[in-house]
Amino acid sequence: MNSWQALMIWPENLLLSLLVLFFAAVPILYGARQAMHSLLHAMFRGISNPLRLLSRWLFKTADTLRERNKLVLLSRGSEEISHSIVKEFDRVTNLVERDLHGYPALQRKLMDEITRIEEEFQKCGEVPPPPPEWTKAVAAIAKIKPSSDGLVERILEDISNSIEEIYEKVTAEYRESSKQRHNILKNFMPFWRSVDRTLKKVDKDLTGMQQSAAKIDEQVEKYKQIHAKSEKAEHSLTSSSTILFVISLLAIMIAAGGAFVNFWLIERPMAAMVGGSEYIVGDIQASYLAAMVIILFETLMGLFLMESLGYTHLFPLNNINNRMRRWLAWISFGILLVLAGVEVALAVMRDMIISADIALKQELAGGAVTAAVTNSWALDIPKAAQMILGFTLPFALAFVAIPLEYLIHSGRTVFGALLVLGIRGLGFAMRFISSMVHQIGKGTEHLYDAVIFLPLIIERAVLNRGPRQAALPPGNSGSVAAFPKHGEHVL
Amino acid sequence: MSRRLWIVPLLALALLATSCADSRSHAQAVYMLVDTSGTYSQELDKAQRVVSYLLGTLKSGDSLAVARVKSRSFTEKDIIAKVTLGKDPMQMNNQKRGFADKIGTFKADLKKGSAYTDITGGIIQASEFLNETGAGQKTILIFSDMQEELDYKTVRSFPIDLKGIRIIALNVTKLATDNVDPRRYMGRLEWWEQRARAAGATDWKVVNDLEHLERIFKGRG
Repeated sequence: MNSWQALMIWPENLLLSLLVLFFAAVPILYGARQAMHSLLHAMFRGISNPLRLLSRWLFKTADTLRERNKLVLLSRGSEEISHSIVKEFDRVTNLVERDLHGYPALQRKLMDEITRIEEEFQKCGEVPPPPPEWTKAVAAIAKIKPSSDGLVERILEDISNSIEEIYEKVTAEYRESSKQRHNILKNFMPFWRSVDRTLKKVDKDLTGMQQSAAKIDEQVEKYKQIHAKSEKAEHSLTSSSTILFVISLLAIMIAAGGAFVNFWLIERPMAAMVGGSEYIVGDIQASYLAAMVIILFETLMGLFLMESLGYTHLFPLNNINNRMRRWLAWISFGILLVLAGVEVALAVMRDMIISADIALKQELAGGAVTAAVTNSWALDIPKAAQMILGFTLPFALAFVAIPLEYLIHSGRTVFGALLVLGIRGLGFAMRFISSMVHQIGKGTEHLYDAVIFLPLIIERAVLNRGPRQAALPPGNSGSVAAFPKHGEHVL
Repeated sequence: MSRRLWIVPLLALALLATSCADSRSHAQAVYMLVDTSGTYSQELDKAQRVVSYLLGTLKSGDSLAVARVKSRSFTEKDIIAKVTLGKDPMQMNNQKRGFADKIGTFKADLKKGSAYTDITGGIIQASEFLNETGAGQKTILIFSDMQEELDYKTVRSFPIDLKGIRIIALNVTKLATDNVDPRRYMGRLEWWEQRARAAGATDWKVVNDLEHLERIFKGRG
């Protein structure tokens, strides 16, 4: 404060002192203008340029990372589709081997049946009876003119009777023949049915083949797109990875809920085993860790079981043969079974401890334990439920391996995309701050000029009036240096 | 190689268990002083309820002792029952039952209250016991009206050490003189609090509502 007052020419008149000081300072400020501008320029550029550089580096890194993510994604997608195509081809091969392998036999059978049907059909064809010879005689007699001759009448009557007899005989024969034909036709039915069945089977097999072929076409189309590294394929794979990640996460969370229940189911009896007053780190009880170890072992055995059964591919087990793989599966299953048995025992123990605690608290409170309640079969239901839970939860936890595998694979894509987004966001922020600093720098230079506006006006007036202006080299003028070109930047 | 992978977490856990074992004791030790002097001996039913509550609350590894306060209480002979709870839950329950039985027997056998009340002697005895247990949390419960009365030979006017121990006064009944002048009651409690804090006690609390015994251990650290 004293030093400030020392600057005052007339301490009693502050305003006047300041004005005098200002006018005294203006020529000095004007003289130092170019140097000050350079200083301000260098200072703000010193901040904004590194920021811009950093921003550019971040954008470049984001692009590189995105490319890398794309490569990984496409490679993963390509691998998955290859597997899918191979699987579909396997299915088709199985279909062909299983169903179409017997196709020649089937065709032969079909042809045999058709031939047989044809033969039988020919047999049942209606053969018109040959015209009997006596019809000619009848025709000749029919030409005889009616007369009153009794002999003729008698002959005609005899003929008529004979004809009736013959007619009845022929009709009977015809009916018999028709009956036989109908029987033949009736015997066709099983053949028709067999043919119908055979044709339907062929139709079904061919439809299955068509569907598989359509699926293969679809997968091949996707594969082509991935191979061409198209944007569409990338978006499609990213989208499916994100959906898979969310679903897997949900499944893992559900499994974590199961593990949580399992933990509290075995924690209390474990406290009795390892000691409830033992602590490992901080406030973590030894019993908590023991219970966690059991659950983690169950999960681990589940992972190995799923891996050795070929449901997951988290570990490189390709180098072990099928026999070893089978052994691994049996060992994992055995350990899982033992752990499930341990959990059942712990569940029983837990129930016993709780019952004993309740009994003790009743005694301490002055009440007697009622025998009717302790002997009730209803009390065994929670115990049984705990035992069932204890046995099933380890096996249920084993299946967590499947969503875990998908979570790991899709997590790479999702976190990669998020990382790219984060880096780009940071790059944008750096660029924004850089621009802001740059503008503040320019503003400060203008503010400096505003303070020394009077000498600047004089300078411009002098420069505009005198012919010397033309002689000055461009860019050498103080006014030009005072206002740097817009957009001028190092980078 | 893959078959050996399951050994890795096992070894890691074993390493964790051996190297990071927490040396800090998490056990709790409680020493309850029961005033058996004069008319306060009639409050033993309530004391027994408190003991039952403590037995229901304490876990394996915790210690509990109940001692009587009489004319001179700085002696182990005044400890009615003491126990350090075992790990086995069934054994622990038997220990608790035995402890409760001892308290019940003591209550039944007590015919007459003592002439004087040596609370300080009881507190010194309690601090010795608690420090010996090596428990992480040490608490002295004083079930008394907090009116100390000593005979002329007994010396208790010296500084005591209660570092790391919480003091909780339970069921501090008002005396007839307190009813005449409540400042006596307030002053008595204040004097004990100052004495406890000066001795290095981590906390001082008065719990008169025995319907809410959970307040005894509320906010323990």
